Amino acid sequence: MSTGNAEIINVTIKVWRQNGPSDDGHFETYDQAITTDASFLEMLDLLNDSLNEQGLEPIAFESDCREGICGTCGVMINGRAHGPQKATATCQLHMREFQDGDEIVVEPFRAAGFPVIRDLAVDRSPLDRIIEAGGYISVNTGAASDANLTPVPKDAADQAFDAAACIGCGACVAACPNSAAQLFTSAKIGHLALLPQGQAERWSRTEEMVEVMEEFFGSCTNHGECHEACPKEISLDFIAFMNRDYVKAKIKNRALSGQA
Amino acid sequence: MAQTTNERYRVTPVRSKKRSWPFPLNIYQTAVGRKWVMALTGIGLIGFVLIHMIGNLHVYEGPARMHEYAESLRTLASGIVPKGFILWLLRFGLLVMFGLHLHSAITLKNFSGHSSNTATLVGGAKKYEGGRDHIAAGYASRTMRWTGPIIALFLFYHLADLTWGWWLGDDFVPGDPYHNVSESLSSLPVAILYIVANVALAMHIFHGAWSMFQSLGVNNPKYNHLRRGLATALAGVILVGNLSFPIFAQTGLINEDNRECPASEINVVECLAEQAEGH
Repeated sequence: MSTGNAEIINVTIKVWRQNGPSDDGHFETYDQAITTDASFLEMLDLLNDSLNEQGLEPIAFESDCREGICGTCGVMINGRAHGPQKATATCQLHMREFQDGDEIVVEPFRAAGFPVIRDLAVDRSPLDRIIEAGGYISVNTGAASDANLTPVPKDAADQAFDAAACIGCGACVAACPNSAAQLFTSAKIGHLALLPQGQAERWSRTEEMVEVMEEFFGSCTNHGECHEACPKEISLDFIAFMNRDYVKAKIKNRALSGQA
Repeated sequence: MAQTTNERYRVTPVRSKKRSWPFPLNIYQTAVGRKWVMALTGIGLIGFVLIHMIGNLHVYEGPARMHEYAESLRTLASGIVPKGFILWLLRFGLLVMFGLHLHSAITLKNFSGHSSNTATLVGGAKKYEGGRDHIAAGYASRTMRWTGPIIALFLFYHLADLTWGWWLGDDFVPGDPYHNVSESLSSLPVAILYIVANVALAMHIFHGAWSMFQSLGVNNPKYNHLRRGLATALAGVILVGNLSFPIFAQTGLINEDNRECPASEINVVECLAEQAEGH
């Protein structure tokens, strides 16, 4: 599929190779000719094809939907999570963002909470632990309630929708100099805390999700790198919202459990 | 295969939950709560720095007024409480705030260090072998862990210099702050030290005064755009005020010539008090 103005560029890929979680890992350099119409992951696919043909181990990387909505893909490209294009997941990044002769450094997302499985694939399951701690609403089974039975203010719906855009890719953690997961966690908390359906568990959710987050990730120092890296441009305002709600939750949960 | 979790790759937490302290101390056990403490103590410390700078502008009114101002701090509410009581109360409050600010900063730095890879750079910031490209994180925010210790060391120097008079020795005259400031800052290396430290302080405030709104969750889309401006203005005012002292001491606006009460006289403090009375 050529758009007519596509060209073939030659790039040098300097990629992180790590043969398993306990391996030290190192960079390897490969040359690849690629059409500018190809996506970044397609470029890696072609590179892997040629590695296969040479009898070499292909580069392990994760991807699923390849349309920027699943959050599976994600690598550091030239020192930026998801690469140079703003508001774009790695799979939606195309080779036209690069020039002929470029060296492209590809590294896995790094954080103590994201151990490398192999090459560019990291284990992001700590994000699942945060969701398990309260990133849901409990709904009783039974007859389905009428649609639109619960009125939601338009502004709240819009804000909640912005937070819900988070695809959980982990770029915020990767980009954060402190490896903090504040943007992810606050998006998940904010999404539910803004909606009437999320109110019943609002305070226990906030307290528990923050505390599980802190078991794995660092402390936010308000650099703002996460927002810049986020493919969904989640706002830092959600972090402030979470910080406020967390201390409120500490007070309210005491009251709810009859201690105050 | 019912079990799809691969045990080998299950991530163990960086730290485990500790036993909870009684409320409200348990808030301080968490990083989010600790950032609250850092922000609240930061507000107090910025307030002190601002008032300290404004108060010191009395130096431009001459030795007598400067003495009067210094004396007025000691005699705050002296009709009700003993002399120096309020000053010591304020000093104690500052010490507590400074201690908490420092403790939360150090522990949070370690907290983040443990959450980054083992290959971390000095200051706890993590490292990408291939280098990384900062977009939002400015110079000020990335150097908080450097400007902080610089300020702490300077604070000690500054107290030893103008409160305890360690370096001035016999030249230090208790009760004549104008003389002490002039004497200390007329030395070029000392003036440079004050300038460097105050630039670090302004940078620290530039990020801190913005960051505290986020940490405390003081966030309203209507007013958010004002936060950056407020932090810049605060840092700017404090920087200009504080830098004026070493600069004017060097250029000679703050000087010891033509003093009605020469600092070398035994009764200089009484002389200054009389002079202030006379105005």
